Amino acid sequence: MDAILLQILNGLDKGSAYALIALGLTLIFGTLGVVNFAHGALFMIGAFCAVTLQRFLSLSYQTVSETEKDFLGNPLKVETPYVESWFGPEIGASIIDWSTPLAILLAIPIMMLVGLIMERGLIKHFYKREHADQILVTFGLAIVLQEIVKYYFGANPIQTPAPDALSGVANLGAWFGLELAYPVWRIVYFCFAALVIFGVFAFLQFTTFGMVVRAGMADRETVGLLGINIDRRFTIMFAIAAAVAGLAGVMYAPINPPNYHMGMDFLVLSFVVVVVGGMGSLPGAVLAGFMLGILESFASTTWATTTIPGINQIIIYLVAIIVLLTRPRGLMGRKGVMEE
Amino acid sequence: MSKTTMTRRGVLKTGAVAGAGVALPTIFTASSAAAYTNEPTGSSVTLGFNVPQTGPYADEGNDELLAQQLAVEHLNGEGDGGCLNTFTSKALKGNGILGKKVEFVTGDTQTKSDAARASAKSMIEKDGAIMINGGSSSGVAIAVQGLCQEAGVIFMAGLTHSNDTTGKDRKANGFRHFFNAYMSAAALAPILEKELGADRRAYHLTADYTWGWSQQESIAAATEAMGWETVNNVLTPLASTDFSSYIAPVLNSGADVLVLNHYGGNMVNSLTNAIQFGMMEKVVNNKDFKIVVPLYSELMAAGAGENIKGVFGSMNYNWQLQNEGSKQFVKSFGEKYGKPPSNSAQTCYAQTLLYADACERAGTFNPCGVAEALEGFEFDGLGNGKTMYRADDHQCFKDVLVVKGAENPTNQYDTLEIVEVTPAEQVTYAPNHPMFGGDEASLGTCNAG
Repeated sequence: MDAILLQILNGLDKGSAYALIALGLTLIFGTLGVVNFAHGALFMIGAFCAVTLQRFLSLSYQTVSETEKDFLGNPLKVETPYVESWFGPEIGASIIDWSTPLAILLAIPIMMLVGLIMERGLIKHFYKREHADQILVTFGLAIVLQEIVKYYFGANPIQTPAPDALSGVANLGAWFGLELAYPVWRIVYFCFAALVIFGVFAFLQFTTFGMVVRAGMADRETVGLLGINIDRRFTIMFAIAAAVAGLAGVMYAPINPPNYHMGMDFLVLSFVVVVVGGMGSLPGAVLAGFMLGILESFASTTWATTTIPGINQIIIYLVAIIVLLTRPRGLMGRKGVMEE
Repeated sequence: MSKTTMTRRGVLKTGAVAGAGVALPTIFTASSAAAYTNEPTGSSVTLGFNVPQTGPYADEGNDELLAQQLAVEHLNGEGDGGCLNTFTSKALKGNGILGKKVEFVTGDTQTKSDAARASAKSMIEKDGAIMINGGSSSGVAIAVQGLCQEAGVIFMAGLTHSNDTTGKDRKANGFRHFFNAYMSAAALAPILEKELGADRRAYHLTADYTWGWSQQESIAAATEAMGWETVNNVLTPLASTDFSSYIAPVLNSGADVLVLNHYGGNMVNSLTNAIQFGMMEKVVNNKDFKIVVPLYSELMAAGAGENIKGVFGSMNYNWQLQNEGSKQFVKSFGEKYGKPPSNSAQTCYAQTLLYADACERAGTFNPCGVAEALEGFEFDGLGNGKTMYRADDHQCFKDVLVVKGAENPTNQYDTLEIVEVTPAEQVTYAPNHPMFGGDEASLGTCNAG
């Protein structure tokens, strides 16, 4: 029982990342009709926002120690972060400790700006081109972005720990008499993902801007004929989708140390999530994200891998094949999409 | 309108001329006086450094390249001479190799076997490289070693830890200075018994490729021999990034030790995930839960950050070793690059010097002569202490380091502390050991091209 609950939690956690990335992907496809293969790179850039802020807050000045030596036997240069000298050691250390959650504030404007530049600078020129062209150009962009990150940050993963207060293990089962310990930050990640997903839905559902976007997704031409500049709104939606992917990346940084390749690791799976959920369907992306996350977790258990060797590596694709064969539009896709 | 007329004689003539043209390079190669592949005829000799310059091990490859450049500098008599001052063989004079200035070309393995073979091939065929050195993966090392054997050049392996490199896939033209999975296990087992006890239940997570299998087989055999029980071994795909699904079952398995047969990014992530799940704070079977990482590298340790505190593993070399060779190498490398060398850097540096030294002692660049000079060669002064290149399988035998994640690091490079230096005798095995291909494993014959 404990093991099953643990895998469900793991699945929800993985699903959170899939759902957030897939949400942005499907939002872009639903509004602009673009298949954005650079979306994984946005997730990666988000994670590196956390790394950057951590490094920025840790900027230090050097003093030469008279007692300690470095690896060559020379006097050791001791580094003291500026924030510690400005705010005192305790407050300074706390600021650095909380750099990942603080990075959210940095990531939102940066990611929206990156999204705007990406859409206005490159992707808008490909709206009228084939999906294959869009895939090629965005995939190329993803490679360029990850190489830039590798140039500045190196290829090695960079530890970006969660704040001390949120990095322990919570005994969730204590209330129910079960042995169910789970990392606190992963619970935070799930809650954060749920909040962002809720926020995006609420924005689209309850604001005038959201209503126009939804109308544009249903019938772009008619909305345009009403004199509304739907293109500008869709561009803003692209920026919002980029920010959602970036936020997913920021909060993911303490789960697995960011490296330049992490976007690619998530990209293909997120695409499968979008296809299973239904291209352009927001609830579909979220549902499929969590569902496939849980399925993947169970497929990685010893029981599953010994019963069907290799099932952990193919489960998501297997589900995708079944869904596409039986319901080509995806679980919650609009009728007609991908069914011609 | 013009009309083209083709005659039988014309076609034959054209065919003969074209055939001669196509065959020309081969004729030159075959009829030249070269006794072996890429025999240096000018005033210089070219070495090929094949390291991952892109991809997940690019940082490790970069460190290897820095060490190889340093070795070339020292061979040519530049810089402070490095380990030429401490090397017990005094054949190298700092005037290149056999009086020829050392030059080098580089290739990018991308940590992919096909890309590594292509870059090595290009360096041999186009740049005239007479020796290939470097690499950060066993899959790549085995692929490039096979290519060098066919091409008739010497392969001085970089970081490759699978038993197969000098086991079932050993080659007469290939030489490995780095230690292997069997040696890691043989060195680690006694320390694990001393530190963790003989009554332990181990759960293995293993990267699903040649090195992972080799490492798991070796460490399971060594720990079972001292009384540990292997509860389970789960193979994890090399492309895995989140290991939480694999970690969760460990918690309910009754295991009190987790062995992570992972390397590079896999290891950083699996260890980070294990720490997140509070494993190092758990008490199972009335014992503190422990994690073992059989193969460590400095870059992995840096990537894993504070998570490696107290985690046991093994290494081929560590910059904190205090023998004369190590001190000299750390000084040369540290003063030039501002950081201590990694163990992959040290193995590439040592391999380059060993190759050059063998050429000097053999008096030739002929790979068969060089191989003969390396076989059974005993030396010291390159950083690892006394070392011997065994003739039977071209594997170096030297002390192995058992290390532990530093509990109280004093600086950014102080990530690992040496727990014990295991003597070479304790990690030595028979050349026909079953884990190394048994009686069927053979070097074959040397190929000079």
